[in-house]
Amino acid sequence: MTMTLLNSITVFVLAVFIGIEIISKVPTMLHTPLMSGTNAIHGIVLVGAMLIAGSADSDLEKALAFVAVVFATINVVGGFLVTDRMLEMFKRKPSKPDSE
Amino acid sequence: MTPILALSQTAINFTYLVAAVLLIVGIRRLSSPPTARSGNWIAAIGMGIAIFFTFLDEDITSYWLIVVGMAVGTVIGVVSARLVKMTAMPQMVALFNGVGGGAAALIAAAEFHRIAPAAGHLSGDSVGAMLFSALIGSISFSGSLVAFGKLQEVLPGRPITYAGQQVVNAILFAGLLGLGVLAGSTEQGIWMVLLLLGALLFGVLLVLPIGGADMPVVISLLNAFTGLAAASAGFVLENTALIIGGTLVGASGTLLTVLMGRAMNRSIANVLFGAFGAAPAGGAAAAASTEGKSYREVTADDTAVMLAYAQRVVVVPGYGLAVAQAQHAVRELAGLLEARGVDVKYAIHPVAGRMPGHMNVLLAEAQVPYPQLYDMDDINPEFPRTDVALVIGANDVTNPAARDNPESPLYGMPILNVDQAANVVILKRSMSPGFAGIDNDLFYGANSAMLFGDAKSSVEKLVAAVKAA
Repeated sequence: MTMTLLNSITVFVLAVFIGIEIISKVPTMLHTPLMSGTNAIHGIVLVGAMLIAGSADSDLEKALAFVAVVFATINVVGGFLVTDRMLEMFKRKPSKPDSE
Repeated sequence: MTPILALSQTAINFTYLVAAVLLIVGIRRLSSPPTARSGNWIAAIGMGIAIFFTFLDEDITSYWLIVVGMAVGTVIGVVSARLVKMTAMPQMVALFNGVGGGAAALIAAAEFHRIAPAAGHLSGDSVGAMLFSALIGSISFSGSLVAFGKLQEVLPGRPITYAGQQVVNAILFAGLLGLGVLAGSTEQGIWMVLLLLGALLFGVLLVLPIGGADMPVVISLLNAFTGLAAASAGFVLENTALIIGGTLVGASGTLLTVLMGRAMNRSIANVLFGAFGAAPAGGAAAAASTEGKSYREVTADDTAVMLAYAQRVVVVPGYGLAVAQAQHAVRELAGLLEARGVDVKYAIHPVAGRMPGHMNVLLAEAQVPYPQLYDMDDINPEFPRTDVALVIGANDVTNPAARDNPESPLYGMPILNVDQAANVVILKRSMSPGFAGIDNDLFYGANSAMLFGDAKSSVEKLVAAVKAA
């Protein structure tokens, strides 16, 4: 095992714990927006698609990388916008009767 | 073409660290209502930083593929996110998730193609991650497309099952592992292609038997899958931004899936292999037993009088309300009733609609005040003291069979105890069964009455009638 791989595994394991820790107290009504928001975040795969597309040699590689860039961009852009539209609905309104 | 301005790997990795912190802060804020919206944007900024500085990576020597691809993806993403109706959000999320998984699989395929031509070039360190990314990414891609098809009603929403289904799936999965070993050891492209195709097929077969209220749980699970696929693509490319971003989603998505399942009293194994709503013997028996039952129909005018002179009314919204876009009319009706001194509350089942929180989103859009929305556990003790329960387009989440009939496929799912109210009025288009394809005993109760019609026009009739009452 190389040092690079060990470093990657270290980062991975720590990220697992953080991922679990940061959402452990989410209320039910936020389940859908949270799913949608994290859905946008795995669009980070775009970074990988860019690296492949920018260094591709063969035509097949270029074709695969191009589709990957398109897909990942849809994931990122669509994901964040849809999440924002959902959360926009949760804005608090001033006309809130607090007393019974 | 030479890079415009190449940054050192160290500098780029530093920007990835900044991006990772923003992603973590973003997700944390997303899980609390007052900060959720800003959390989404903080995560988006983190993502933007990672993407921008990746452009300056010295490995990138050609920009046009990236620029054109991102332009196309941005247009598709913006247009679909803007045009999608609120009711179609769940399948939109499924679709965005699917393309993310597809991207991870394509990265793995491209890397395999680049490195593999000469045997012995695949390093043992990255080959496992490459195959894992191809496998999980493809499953997530095709599985999400099937989930989209089911929710969009292009495919039947009910579980599609056949004899020996789980055996077929198990054999296919074992075959996929075999293909993975072959692809990794021989470094022949053909095995990689077969692995990708097989994984696509497996994704389809995995989601086909799942339906009904289980769909959100499955989408959440596929979301976690895509996260893991992205993380393993990060191992292949030795890219920390991908590893952190993907793993955060993989871990939080898995926990979210468990939480959603728990809200419905279903384990993940049960969701995946239990074929919600299938239960052949019990389902048939339950359907047959409703043959002889009769239901009562009621007019909008009668319902309006009942509501206007009630003391406590509980509105139970469901997917029918979302489809008919009846939330504004409901808000108006509630306002009129409150003006007459009626106490109006809304009962929100955790999985009412097509996704957890779906009803909260719609009612918030119609400016229904937060304090009137009650969770299942808070509202259930209130039903025995409720004069009228107004069920608007909700079905499975009110089915008493889930509580009383061990034969029912719904049995064990927590429900709203609507049947305990003095009067139950159900607004519904017809007597057809709900999303899960199961008949609802509630409709045949002695205290129940049906008000047929589109939810929006029915509620508007009620509004007019209450004004006149």
